[in-house]
Amino acid sequence: MTTDTTHAATSTEHSENHGMSNAGYIRIALILAAITALEVSTVYIDFGPFFLPALLIMMAVKFVMVVSYFMHLKFDNKIFSLMFYAGLILAVGVYAAFLATFKFFIQ
Amino acid sequence: MTDTAVHGHDSSTGISNIKLGMWTFLGSECLLFGGLISTYMLYRGRVTGGPRPAQIFDIPFTSVSSFVLLMSSLTMVLAVSAAHKNEDRKTNLWLTVTALLGATFVGGQVYEFTAFYNEGLGFSTSLFGSSFYTLTGFHGAHVTVGIIMLMSLVGIFKRSAVPGKKAEVVEMIGLYWHFVDIVWIIIFTLVYLIPV
Amino acid sequence: MAIIERETEVVVPVTVTPTSTYGVLKRPVSATGWRAWVFTVDHKKLGLMYGATAMFFFIVGGVEALLIRLQLAAPNGKVLNADLYNQMFTMHATTMVFLFVMPMAAGLANYFIPLQIGARDVAFPRINALGFWLLLFAGIFINLSWFLGGAADGGWFMYAPNSGPVFSPTNGIDFWAFGLQIAGIASLTGAINLIVTVLNMRAPGMTLMKMPIFTWMMTVVQFLLLFAVPVITVALFLLSFQRNFGARFFDVAAGADPLLWQHLFWIFGHPEVYILVLPAFGIVSEVLPVFSRKPLFGYPFVVFSGAAIGFVGWGVWAHHMFASGLGPVSVAVFSLTTMAIAVPTGVKIINWTLTMWGGKLYFSTAMKFSIGLIVLFTVGGLSGVTHSVAPSDTQQTDTYYIVAHFHYVLFGGAVLGFFSGFYYWWPKMFGKMLNERLGGWNFWLMVIGMNMTFGPMHILGLQGQPRRMYQWTEARAGEGFFNFAFWNLIASIGSFVLAVGILLFLINVVITARNPTRAPLDPWNSRSLEWLTSNPPKEHNFDVIPTVHHLDEFFHRKYEEDPESHTMRQIATAEEIMAEQERNADKHIHMPSPSYWPIVVAFSVLVITFGMIFSHLIAAIGGITLLFASFGWALEPSTAPESDFESNSSTPGTALDSVGKS
Repeated sequence: MTTDTTHAATSTEHSENHGMSNAGYIRIALILAAITALEVSTVYIDFGPFFLPALLIMMAVKFVMVVSYFMHLKFDNKIFSLMFYAGLILAVGVYAAFLATFKFFIQ
Repeated sequence: MTDTAVHGHDSSTGISNIKLGMWTFLGSECLLFGGLISTYMLYRGRVTGGPRPAQIFDIPFTSVSSFVLLMSSLTMVLAVSAAHKNEDRKTNLWLTVTALLGATFVGGQVYEFTAFYNEGLGFSTSLFGSSFYTLTGFHGAHVTVGIIMLMSLVGIFKRSAVPGKKAEVVEMIGLYWHFVDIVWIIIFTLVYLIPV
Repeated sequence: MAIIERETEVVVPVTVTPTSTYGVLKRPVSATGWRAWVFTVDHKKLGLMYGATAMFFFIVGGVEALLIRLQLAAPNGKVLNADLYNQMFTMHATTMVFLFVMPMAAGLANYFIPLQIGARDVAFPRINALGFWLLLFAGIFINLSWFLGGAADGGWFMYAPNSGPVFSPTNGIDFWAFGLQIAGIASLTGAINLIVTVLNMRAPGMTLMKMPIFTWMMTVVQFLLLFAVPVITVALFLLSFQRNFGARFFDVAAGADPLLWQHLFWIFGHPEVYILVLPAFGIVSEVLPVFSRKPLFGYPFVVFSGAAIGFVGWGVWAHHMFASGLGPVSVAVFSLTTMAIAVPTGVKIINWTLTMWGGKLYFSTAMKFSIGLIVLFTVGGLSGVTHSVAPSDTQQTDTYYIVAHFHYVLFGGAVLGFFSGFYYWWPKMFGKMLNERLGGWNFWLMVIGMNMTFGPMHILGLQGQPRRMYQWTEARAGEGFFNFAFWNLIASIGSFVLAVGILLFLINVVITARNPTRAPLDPWNSRSLEWLTSNPPKEHNFDVIPTVHHLDEFFHRKYEEDPESHTMRQIATAEEIMAEQERNADKHIHMPSPSYWPIVVAFSVLVITFGMIFSHLIAAIGGITLLFASFGWALEPSTAPESDFESNSSTPGTALDSVGKS
């Protein structure tokens, strides 16, 4: 993952791993579009008890796909993932606890 | 955009300062938007006066808006790809398209807010109103800043007078742009698609 | 013992005339005079400016405290009326937390982190400068409220809806909220800067587990800031929108829940208190080993307990809200997590104590302050443990018992830690030693004064004296040993003893500045890398970036273990090591150039906030200025790597004067 050259501060880690082709990005975008369409369909089609879990899962899948592929996190140094997911997990944890004290999750 | 970091020795991790800085910043932005989203989730059903969410949301319209923003992430990544290949004209093209798609999204937001306002949902009308406009407003402001950065980049590249590495700058703005997109992915689901 | 000076072929920062500019976008050149400070990006200068600013606000906050104590010294105090009293305790706390402790820690971090990791500056020097100017302007802005209609009066925790427009109609809270937003940008950008610096700019061989503890603790602090500042940012925006744009966030009639503010504030507020105290823990972890002639006991435990405090600190915030109506489940959960967080702190206390155990102790002033921290912070920690028990906290909350707790941990912790750092690092920063005799008086008066002031508050609190009451009356004073009158008087006298102690420090600073005696290179026989520099360090810090092989690298360059007796024997003095550094000095050293834009950007942010309160037109002008300044920043030429100007003169400034004026 790291190629040490004399001036690593700038260009070296771009030399590999920017390998996803434009066609690959377009494929990802089409998948995202399809999931979005599916999300919108929940307004018109009755998903029953699967409504909320399906929606949340689709949201999470889109989120992770953009982060992993468009933002290239999947292919980059793990430190970036650490920084970002630390913030994300902390935010989800703290704010979920916060909402829980307001009995938000109890129907 | 100038990398004024001290030269002279490799970075201890082998990764660039600016990229690490940007991801660190995005980690902190999760806490910012998390707070705004949580405030909205707490208050979204509290409507003492004025319209309720179900009464004014136009899901088809917002779906199109969301699709536009999603596609702008694609064009952004194509811009980064072109920048890495040193294809200057293509880079500028995709950057401009991204900015235009972003502007379309913001335009859609402005139209949507105006429509809501005319239907009786003001900033002060209810807790739903205050939290809705604050959350989406912050997001829209982030998109706007992104558009300014994109257009500035196009302008600067045309003059070729920017110090620093081009591809890396485009990539950094790309990271910011995608982040704004993923925040919208969350907002679209939680705010619009999940009924109160 | 003399500091060796020689001509070095060092690149002096010079402006490079770029091939294409946008007119005004040349970079400044001066290395002397006021411009050398206003446009600097040098982490050491910025550190000193942070420190001076913090010291100034320490005195401001101290005066505010003395006024409070004067008011409470006797029953029916007439020094401050109720309204002014509310402003006074609000501003005392705000000033001490945001304008003293945090900037002082930032200053020490700025100065010493690059030195401790063997770097020549931080990752983003202009952003570093921006952070300082933002902080300075934030401090000035918040305090202008005193003269422009009254200061904020809702307490430093600013509970809504009390802080809303209905109950607090003056502009004071708007100054407070916007000012803290500016300071928040400074903290956030500083955090990103230092995290990238520590991760990316360590000297070769310095793994994370070879970093000095001060750097480790400050890194944990930066992560806490990184994630906590956005939360208070949200809270401050919600409050500002309520106060200025008619939002309903804390409008109970609209169905708002006041606990929203409390949660958001304390989700920030609890990590914040660890932000306040961890720097002092870092300093103490540097000082104790040096003056015990022993390495720090249990380095990995000290590191991991620091990280654990940072992590678990996110799970305890609602212990500030036990009496707010959270409900028994929430209260129970947070009570347990609060008990848990005492553990990693206890680990540190043990490690510090075991560092001293069996060591050859030398009671320099720095050492006295560090030992003082261990004792007095522990006292504060013990009262903290009593707060974790929710039923007992229900009695203690909003009384002076809590005031006692947090002043013991903050004063006994953060302040004593800083003073330890001052006495320890003064020779490094200024090339002079602070007077140790005066230091002794400084220490004892501060410790005695502090205990006289805050000790009785435990009693006063348990006897029922509430917080934030501008007056107490004879009728409520009670009788017998635990009466209000006697202990309030002691506390007030104690605060003046404390003030005298601090005055002695300031006198010490002035005397030292006038004293021509230079400090030796390594006055304390220190262990860490910042001492591998001259006093004060040269602008480029290290003549040659050291390669690190050990924890306490500097110590291991002076001493090695004798294989037969297994004792440490000296193999080199600091002067010899420095001389070797200079012999092998790098020929080409690139330092970041000064810049106009950080102060311009900071100023435009200040203009925006003024405009938000007084005139939206001014805010718009500020916004446009900000936009232009941002472009200026982005487009100015960097130090061109191709053209080095080699100068045979070692004095910065002479080559520059011949190049041209800024």
